[in-house]
Amino acid sequence: MRHFTKKLKAVSLAIMTISMSAQSLAEDIAITGAKIYTMGEAGVIESGTVLISDGEIKQVLDSQRVPNGYREIDATGKVVTPGFIGALTNLGLVEVGMSAGTVDARAGAHPVSTVGAAYDVQYAINKDSTIIPITRIEGFTSAITGMSGTGQLFNGQGAIIGLEPGFNSTLKAKAYAHADLNNNGADRSGGSRASLWVALNQSLEEAGFAANYEFSPTKAWEGWITSADAKALAPVISGEIPLLVTANRAADILQALALKEKFANLNLVLVDATEGWRVAEQIAAANVPVILNPEDNMPSGFDHLGATLENAGKLHAAGVKVAIGMNTHNIRLAAQHAGNAVANGLPYEAGLASLTSNVASIFNVDNMLGSLTPGMRADLVIWSGDPLEVTEAAEVVIINGEEIEMTSRQIQLRDRYLNQDKSKPVSYR
Amino acid sequence: MRSKSSMRMLGVSLAISTLFLTACGDDKKAQQSAQDNPFPSTYQPIESKPVVITNVTILDGIGGKIDKGAILLEDGKIVAVGKSVKSPSDALEVDGTGKWVTPGIIDNHSHLGVYPSPSTHSHSDGNEMTGPVTAEVWAEHSVWPQDPGFQRALAGGVTSMQLLPGSANLFGGRSVTVKNLPNRSVQDMKFPEAPYGIKMACGENPKRVYGSKGGPMTRMANVAGYRKAWIDAQEYRKKWDAYNAALEEGKAGEAPKRDLRMETLAGVLRGDILVHMHCYRADEMAVMMDVMKEFDYKIGTFHHAVEAYKISDMLAENNVCSAMWADWWGFKMEAYDGIRENIPMVHNAGACAIVHSDSDIGIQRLNQEAAKAWSDGKRAGIDISQAEAWQWLSANPAKSLGIFEHTGSLEEGKNADVVLWTADPFSTYAKAEKVFIDGAMVFDLNNPELQPVSDFELGQTFLGGAQ
Repeated sequence: MRHFTKKLKAVSLAIMTISMSAQSLAEDIAITGAKIYTMGEAGVIESGTVLISDGEIKQVLDSQRVPNGYREIDATGKVVTPGFIGALTNLGLVEVGMSAGTVDARAGAHPVSTVGAAYDVQYAINKDSTIIPITRIEGFTSAITGMSGTGQLFNGQGAIIGLEPGFNSTLKAKAYAHADLNNNGADRSGGSRASLWVALNQSLEEAGFAANYEFSPTKAWEGWITSADAKALAPVISGEIPLLVTANRAADILQALALKEKFANLNLVLVDATEGWRVAEQIAAANVPVILNPEDNMPSGFDHLGATLENAGKLHAAGVKVAIGMNTHNIRLAAQHAGNAVANGLPYEAGLASLTSNVASIFNVDNMLGSLTPGMRADLVIWSGDPLEVTEAAEVVIINGEEIEMTSRQIQLRDRYLNQDKSKPVSYR
Repeated sequence: MRSKSSMRMLGVSLAISTLFLTACGDDKKAQQSAQDNPFPSTYQPIESKPVVITNVTILDGIGGKIDKGAILLEDGKIVAVGKSVKSPSDALEVDGTGKWVTPGIIDNHSHLGVYPSPSTHSHSDGNEMTGPVTAEVWAEHSVWPQDPGFQRALAGGVTSMQLLPGSANLFGGRSVTVKNLPNRSVQDMKFPEAPYGIKMACGENPKRVYGSKGGPMTRMANVAGYRKAWIDAQEYRKKWDAYNAALEEGKAGEAPKRDLRMETLAGVLRGDILVHMHCYRADEMAVMMDVMKEFDYKIGTFHHAVEAYKISDMLAENNVCSAMWADWWGFKMEAYDGIRENIPMVHNAGACAIVHSDSDIGIQRLNQEAAKAWSDGKRAGIDISQAEAWQWLSANPAKSLGIFEHTGSLEEGKNADVVLWTADPFSTYAKAEKVFIDGAMVFDLNNPELQPVSDFELGQTFLGGAQ
């Protein structure tokens, strides 16, 4: 697994080097004086130095030191964290969702797939989306991105992307599969959990069979799922990539956990887990992490009656790894979501982990993202203060070793209208 | 207690009319009152002992801040606010050390009750999508007081709110302003002195909903639709004005036939009903302010107003409020130009800025929405104090709803709608600790008995609840 991602990283770095050959290589930077939450083995450093070289974290020191040739950024009194990771987004797959043309984050039925597992977002990612600069200037440096719906059982195969400028920043394609095992999922798969779960089991059984099957256009594949679906799901059965399952009520969560009895290698991740707090011990015992929105406390349906602000805190207390951040246009607000989880019982550092290291480990990219550890991709943020406070902000954002320009379409709109010169039409300002 | 006395008056006049059937003058009056106000408020404040909060940081909601101050609530009113206050011996004393007091939050854009939880199809009562002009429908006839969203909003310090029809229609219907103290009926919640509002909508929604159902299918047809309706309303108003003038002179002819749709629109033209208009784009708001002048009515508030920052000077000149989100954007084309500094930029131009939710989740932490806008403004060089900024949450929405005389600030004599926060409410970690409506403690973070539960949630297997 690790070997695989390392190789991918090497490939993407190679592409990066080629595409940027006209520019200088990433500069060496020393960030000094900040309180550093490494989210790795080095823990919290009250006032230290982060050294960045060749796009990687070179060293994290508990003292102030600027080696020769390093540009110093004085961050005295500030807070440094790893770049935040959007835990579940549609970034690059949508610009405007409603009545505004093609949205790659959703799809309808197509003969290539019976259950939606085969769809693959790696071909759809548009790094020119204005949402990406709007997101990265607020301290989000990478994201998990995938489809929100296919009208079928699975939401296709998602990807992990870096949010730096430039086209080639897919860190991992075919990074996970995702199925909705809640009221919505039931509605799309026959109208009942009684049909949904049979369809799910059938899909996974066939995919398990496909692992040892030589696909060939001259040989008939007579499974219910298409051969493309089967190929996409094979690494789910082997546990190579995680299977995300959205489940809300406690009974659905327990059904999801029981999948591991039948498919032993499943690398299961719960999404939402609205009533997860009721079965937190079982989730912890199954070693299944959860991606959730801690502000979701409305009994919005009959599978959400136990919704509570304390879900994240209670899951963590039971030993469940929690990640936070499900949105797209406002994935930047995940820091506020995590802050509210902290206000309702999640320990502070678990709040930071929910935006960084926990996301990275859930998606098997903790060898690259999510902590300030030597050798990791240099994604980090200097914050004006506590990043979970709604009144604080990212001041410097470094992605893949490069300090990004803190601008976006929104900043430019703001500045145009802060300009009070009315002598000319606005389009000349 | 205007509600009590008017209730008593109504009771008396009904009693008289029953006892003396010949007294047709009174009978007519009662009939008239039922016609003018057929669904009167039955709201009753909860009886309460005096409460004094001391050593507390106070934001008075109109720009003032008192460090280590005190506030006395008595007989449902704010009796004194200052460095120290004299309190009666039977007052409940609350030590506010390290805590903050503000006016209760007023959300002037909520769909609680009309789009309640659980959000089943059978509960979808907010948009009468059967025609683009439905000024005849009243949101209060859809409100389900057992929506568990009310209790969650209360835990976020919301003491009053406006419940609006949706935005599918050019004219969506009447809104209702309520105290956040749900009981058996919507009348039990109605803010006694609040005028009615009407929901109107610009832009994408009406054209999307009606584009294939006979129109409007364009923005130009939206505007034609408003203008046609106002022309009809002018005519209707004229007929009734003539009839009423004749009645005054004792020459009553036959009354024109009532038309509920026109009654609401004529109420707007008379200035009795406040206009709340869903409008995102600057250019559309500019057009609507011209329509408003053409027909001589007042737009009280643009809702959502995602591009208000582009025309903040025009909004100030026309004295129109903007009710906004801190940072929602991009979910449709007309929300594409949203920026995080919208609220402070509108405020900075001298226009009336309001933080609204339009969400059963957002309504639970409007203080954080204001905090984000405030700090984003500060970073863009717009320096507004926290005390000034709190106007976005209480005073300005109260003005937008026509209830500022009664609530929305911590001024002596006003309704004691007050929140005690565990910490600076501009922090993510602050929570509403105690919430008072008309002087009664109706929520307490530390006392389960003061954490109300709706009928819907009672007896469910597991209770998530406001916490």
